[in-house]
Parts: sequence; structure tokens; C-alpha cells
Amino acid sequence: MLIFTLRKLNLFLFTMLLLTVLSFSLSFLFPGDQLTNLTGQLNITPSEQTALAKEYSHESNIAWQYAAYLGHILNGELGLSMTNQTNITDEILRLLPATIELSLFAFVIATIIGIPLGFIAAIRHHKPADHVILAFAMIGYSIPVFWLGLLAILTFSIQLGWLPSGGQISLLYEIERTTGFMLVDILLSDSPYKWQALQNNFAHMILPALVIAAAPATVFIRLARTAMLEVLQTSYIKAARAKGLSFSQIILRHAIRNALIKVVQHIGLQFANLVTLAMITEVIFNWPGIGRWLIESIYQRDYTAIQSGLLVLSSFIFLVHIITDYTYAALNPLARGAKYGSR
Amino acid sequence: MKLNRWLSAIFMACLVLLSGCEIDNQTIAQNSLVYCAEGSPASFNPQTDTSGTTIDAIANQLYDRLIRFNDDNSIAPALAKSWHLTRDGKMVTFYLRKDVIFHQTQYFTPTRNFSADDVVFSFERILNTKHPFHQVSGGKYPFFQNVQFSNIVEGIEKINDHTVRFKLREANSSFLANLATDYAVILSQEYGQQLLSQGRQEEIDSKPIGTGPFKLQSYQSGSLLRYYRHESYWHNEVKLNQLVFDITASDTGRLTKLLTNECDVIAYPIAPHKIKENPNLIVEEVTAFNIGYLGFNTQKAPFDDPLVRRAVAHAINKDAIITAIYGEQGEIAHSILPKSSWAHDSSVIPIEYNPEQAIALLQEAGYEDGLTFDIWAMPVQRSYNPNALTMAKLIQADLNQIGVKVDIVSYEWSTFLRRLGQGEHQSVLLGWSADHPDPDNFLTPLLSCNSAETGSNRAFWCDQEFDSLLKLALKTDNINQRKNLYLQAQAIFQRDLPLLPLAHSKRFQARHEQVKGKILNSFGGINFAEVSKL
Repeated sequence: MLIFTLRKLNLFLFTMLLLTVLSFSLSFLFPGDQLTNLTGQLNITPSEQTALAKEYSHESNIAWQYAAYLGHILNGELGLSMTNQTNITDEILRLLPATIELSLFAFVIATIIGIPLGFIAAIRHHKPADHVILAFAMIGYSIPVFWLGLLAILTFSIQLGWLPSGGQISLLYEIERTTGFMLVDILLSDSPYKWQALQNNFAHMILPALVIAAAPATVFIRLARTAMLEVLQTSYIKAARAKGLSFSQIILRHAIRNALIKVVQHIGLQFANLVTLAMITEVIFNWPGIGRWLIESIYQRDYTAIQSGLLVLSSFIFLVHIITDYTYAALNPLARGAKYGSR
Repeated sequence: MKLNRWLSAIFMACLVLLSGCEIDNQTIAQNSLVYCAEGSPASFNPQTDTSGTTIDAIANQLYDRLIRFNDDNSIAPALAKSWHLTRDGKMVTFYLRKDVIFHQTQYFTPTRNFSADDVVFSFERILNTKHPFHQVSGGKYPFFQNVQFSNIVEGIEKINDHTVRFKLREANSSFLANLATDYAVILSQEYGQQLLSQGRQEEIDSKPIGTGPFKLQSYQSGSLLRYYRHESYWHNEVKLNQLVFDITASDTGRLTKLLTNECDVIAYPIAPHKIKENPNLIVEEVTAFNIGYLGFNTQKAPFDDPLVRRAVAHAINKDAIITAIYGEQGEIAHSILPKSSWAHDSSVIPIEYNPEQAIALLQEAGYEDGLTFDIWAMPVQRSYNPNALTMAKLIQADLNQIGVKVDIVSYEWSTFLRRLGQGEHQSVLLGWSADHPDPDNFLTPLLSCNSAETGSNRAFWCDQEFDSLLKLALKTDNINQRKNLYLQAQAIFQRDLPLLPLAHSKRFQARHEQVKGKILNSFGGINFAEVSKL
């Protein structure tokens, strides 16, 4: 496990290095002054400009410039937004939790719906249930997320009036910000309307989370179905059957556990896809997360924000990948020895 | 068995979560109102910003003025109980109320009531360039600089704690109207002194303290604005406990939120006839004094040439624009002043839609091979222009027919205004909503040389003759004489055409039936002081 950890750490460091190189090079590639793109500082006096250039080693060669940039990133200084001169680090810290919260919720929904349905499809292989589930999976996978989002708002918010159409919580509830995660903040708050706020927050989350979950859930269905089918073909299942175990015993004791291991490995990979979907969904559902902010920054040509936003988002997704790898390795000792490219 | 126990536990949890306590929900919603606004305020002090979005959000909610307008446009007392004007029109004395209390917030607790010191402080800040707060937000006081307040007022004097006297350099027919606008707010001198002693002067415009019906609780740019009731408001009992501005830039987003009960009142509704079909919703309209225009930056090529301006004016099909953008909500504008203004010039010959003449004029100006320029289209809806982006596209198509290529440019609202103020644009789709009924309030802010410097003259057009006519008109109270002067000024405007008037519109707002009370004003911003929910 130690070697596995070291290898993962190595990969993490190099990928992060590459990401920062890419983000650093963006400041040259975007139009305008490189230092302005990097710091986002507008309307500064010549003396401030000189100080800033020194701080970012602007007069030295490119390697030193990059080192200075890296230093700022490590200190958590991502510069100022070019549109409204707010601190980007603060903005990201404010918005990222909302995105993580929504993505996690969607992820849980996708897992809870997708995996059992996949298993059912495999167990009922070539029977009507299998076909129905596969058909749903196909539809869910093919619907564009923005269309599904609008359709959901039209049906459940406007026509039926069941759920709110956007936002994270009704603005009437004043929730003090402590962790940034709304659910946690509500539980920590001493508002007399705590439970209503929680319920309200939950109601706001359902539609966007379901919309985001639709595509990954269908992927999970296919993954779980294939994994289960493979497991059901193996000799230990046949042996169990020969021993006289009932079908439900076989499924519950042997098949599910082994099929899950195969699924977990691919689940993490879906997370990147899920975050991309979340970004679009945030715009449709007016969710105050980093995706909406990043898309807004692209629209405003706020280069500093785009650069930092991409860096933070990609590191976040990468971190999730590593965590999944770890979980998989913990579940399956065989995976720890596997080298990159060997599977 | 075990599984069953788990399932029932989960089921119970869901039930509790989803059922909640309906009764408590009712009370919080009953005492609170959510207003879906179209943009974020740029400042929390109406002295320093005149954009409609800012005024709507802050002016009447947070502050009071000495005097205000009645519904019939006459002037009524507010913080001043009464006032007296000397016969020569050069001295105005205000007698102030005694029982007015400033907001108590997380950042300030007042120790004394409103007094003459606060009035002197508020206006000295604008007039006295050496005042410690004058430069705080860049030293710009757009409304007051446009009306040349410092040239009108010679000095302000505190007679006693509850009497203040303004000395004017000469009689000015629009002075009282200026003080009754949403911009002439009264700040707290005590708060100012506290900030000064702590070296945090700039907070006076971002953490406001006023005497208005609501006090600021929190603000997140682009997202929300939360007000709480001012418990000891002097004028009337404020019925709403909480007032939230939900900042929703997209017009469909606001409409959706109105339909789904997430907003009680929305600004600038689209499809008002559709809303009227819903029995629970009400659409209100007021006749607003406003103008939507295409402004030409007369300091920049190609619009420094009046021929090009006229050519563009001839190439734009205004009728089509009115039908497409305003529908029944607007009428075509041939002049800056709306028809209901007493100084409106009915003899103006409209600029006809005539592409051939436009081409001829362009050739005369030396643009035989066509021309390319930018139109800046504002990203928000205003009553005077509910959809600038679509309008820009229509104009783009019109101009394309005479061989002129148009690029459409748009930024986030506050950035848009900032860049506009710096004169980065070639032409811009914008407008103006009057602050008071006087015709001077259209002509001076939009077209005077002075406002070219302070920013509301987006054409940066400056004509000495025009300017002196406006000044002459202010010196007299004789309405016939004034009208005559304004007609002459409008003739100069028609000759030079720094702005192309497009439309005058009504202002709309939609609300749920249970929201009671007057919100919309004909002039200036909205007001929630007397609003309640059933």
C-alpha cells in the first residue's frame, strides 16, 4: 500500500505541475497584458505596477516567472476578478461548496438508482425488465442536460408547482455562513426556522440533482449490468449454485459484493462528467455554484477568473479520481500492484 | 426484519422533512416580501449613482429626503415639516421634524435623533470639495453635478437644531424639484463622524445608514439584498418585516419565479398579457417619463460627423422596433421630451425611414465603401428599453441593408456603465427615466456640456448655444418664457442629433394578488414602505 500511495502522490504532483503550467501559459495566450491577465489588477498606479511586476518576477526569465506564479498559488492567491475586482480565492471558496454539495447529492442519487437497476437488469437478463431498464438508460443518456433541465422546470415548477425552479434556498431564510455547505450551515444555525429551511433547501436541490444524475445513472446501469453478468458467469457462482444455495442467497452473498468492486472502479471516472453536467445545470437552475460563476466569467471574458476557475475545478476532479483509486485499491488488493498502462 | 426497520425509519425521516411545519412557513412568508430585481445596485448612496437599478433598490428603502413629490407631482413635506421661500427666491428655509430616528444596525447605533447637522452634512458632502467625504466615491455626484447644484447653492446654514437655510446664488425654478428627487437623501452625520474617526470613510456608501423604512441586513452582489424593517420609522408603521431583493437578470427567470411563487413582485415582466390571464397575478403600469435612445459618441469617429448620425437615423426602421420590442407598452419618440411634458415640441418633423437617403448621406460624408461600428447594448431590462440586445440586432439588420456593418457589444451592467462613462463606446442603446416632471430633467442630464463630464451625457455632445438656452430657462419662473427657450434648444438638438430618440414607454411590474399597496412611482424608484401581504 505504501508504494501504491507513493505512486499516486507522484502522479498527483506531476499532474498538478502540468495543470499549473497550462494555467500559467493561458495568461500569455489570452489577449492583453500578461501581468494583468495573471493578477486581474486593473487601474493601478505606475508604482503599484512596478511593485506587482517585481512580486511576479516579471522582469526575470520565464522559469522564475512561473516559480513566482506557483508561489502565489500555493499561498492561495489567485488574483482579482477583472470584472468586479473581487478576490478570486474568496469567490471560489464561497462557491465551490455549493457545487460539491449538489454534485455529491446527484452522485448519491445516480448511484442509488443506477446500480440496483443495473443489477436487476442483469439478473433478469433478456427478460422484459431488462429491456425496459435498458431502454430507459438509452433515453436518459441521449437527452441533452439543458433540455432535460428546462423540461423539468416546465413540468414540476411551472405546471405542477411542486418544486422551486431555481436557487439554493428560499431567500427568506437567513442562514449564517460557517462551512459554506448549506445543509451543514442550516444544521449549525440557530435560526428558529431551521427545519423549514432544511426542507426548503432539500426541495431546491431535488430537481437540479435529478437532472444531473440522469446521465451518470444510465452509465451506472450499464456498468452494473455488465459487471453482474460477468460475475454470474464465473465458476464460483456456478459452484455456489451446485452447493444448493438459493438464487437470492447467491446474489446477496456472492454476486453483489463482487460486482460492486468492478463498478466502483469506474464510478470515479464518471465524476468528471458529472461536474461538467453540474456546471450547465447550475446555469439553468440558477444554482450559486462555481460552474455558473465560471460560465459567467467566460461570458465576461474575465481571464483571471477563467484561469483560476479551471485550475481549481480540474484539481478537484483529479482529487476525486485519486480518492476513487484509493477506495478501489482498499476494496481490491489485486489492484494495488497494477502499474499504469497495465490495465 | 432488519431491512423493514430501516425502511420505516427512512420513510419517517422523509415524512418529517417534507411535511415540515406549514404554519411557521406561513408566518415567515407573510411578513416578508421577495422582489425580483433586474440587477445589482452599484452603490448604496443615491447621491453617487443615478442608474435606475440602484435607485430602485436603495433610494426609497433606506433613505428619506427633506421633501418629496405627491402623486399629482406637487411637492409634499417629508423630513422637513414645512419650508419657506423668500420673495426674491434666493433663500429657502426648512423646518425639520424632531422625532426621526436613524437606523440601528450591526455596524452603527445612533445616539441622537435626526437634526439640522445631518442635512448640512449630506449637502456639504456634495458641495464642499474639501469635505472629508467629498472624494470618498471618486467625488462624483452625477445628479447634482448635472443640475450644477454647486452653482445654484451658495451655502447651507444651520439656524438651530431643527431649522436649515439654503442660500441660492440666484432664483432657480427647479431647485425644490431637485431636492424632492430620490437623490437628495439625508445621511447621518454622527455615522459619518464615527467612520471618519476609524478611518473607514468609504463604508458610508457601502454600509448605509438612513432614516428610511428599511435597514440593510446583508448584500451579495449579483445575488441578493436583504432588508429588515426599521422599527421606529417616523412616517408610518412598516408592515413587512423582511424585504429581499432577489437579483435575477434574466427576464424569463423572473417570470418563472413569479409563476412558481418564488417572487412576490417582479421588475419589468415580459409577456404582460400572458400574466394578466392568470387570476392570481396582477400587472401594474404607470406612465413613466422616459426616453429610450440610440446615443452616438460625438467625440469618436464616425459619429463626430453629424452627417453619419443623420444617415444612421434614416436607416433605422423605428416602427418595426416599436412593434417588436415594446408592443403596446411604448410609443415612437420623435423628440427627447415625451408628449405629456409641457415643453414638448409638437412641430418636430420626424426623421423618416429612408435607406436611399441614408446611403446618399453616407456618401456625402465620405463613406462610399460602407462603414463598421459598434453598438453597445445594455444587458439589463429597463422600462425605456426592455430588450436592448434584440433592438441592437434589429438595428444591425437595418443598417446591413445600406452596407453598414454593426458589431454588438455587451458587458455585465456595472462594467457596462463604467466603460460607458469612460467613453469607450461608439454608439449605445440606452435611455433615461426622469426624476421629476420638469423638462430640464431630460435636457440637462442627457445633453448639457456639464453632464458630458460627469457621465450621464453618453453622447459627450457639448453645444454652447444649447447650454446657455438651458441655463436661461432655469432663471425664470415664467412658464411661457421657459417653453420658448426649450423649443429653441430642441431645434438645436434636432439639427445636431447627438442622440436618436427611439421610444417612450410605460413602466410595468407584476405581482401576486396578495401583495397590497403602492410600489411604483411615476418618477424615480420603487417604494415598499406601505406594502403588505394578506
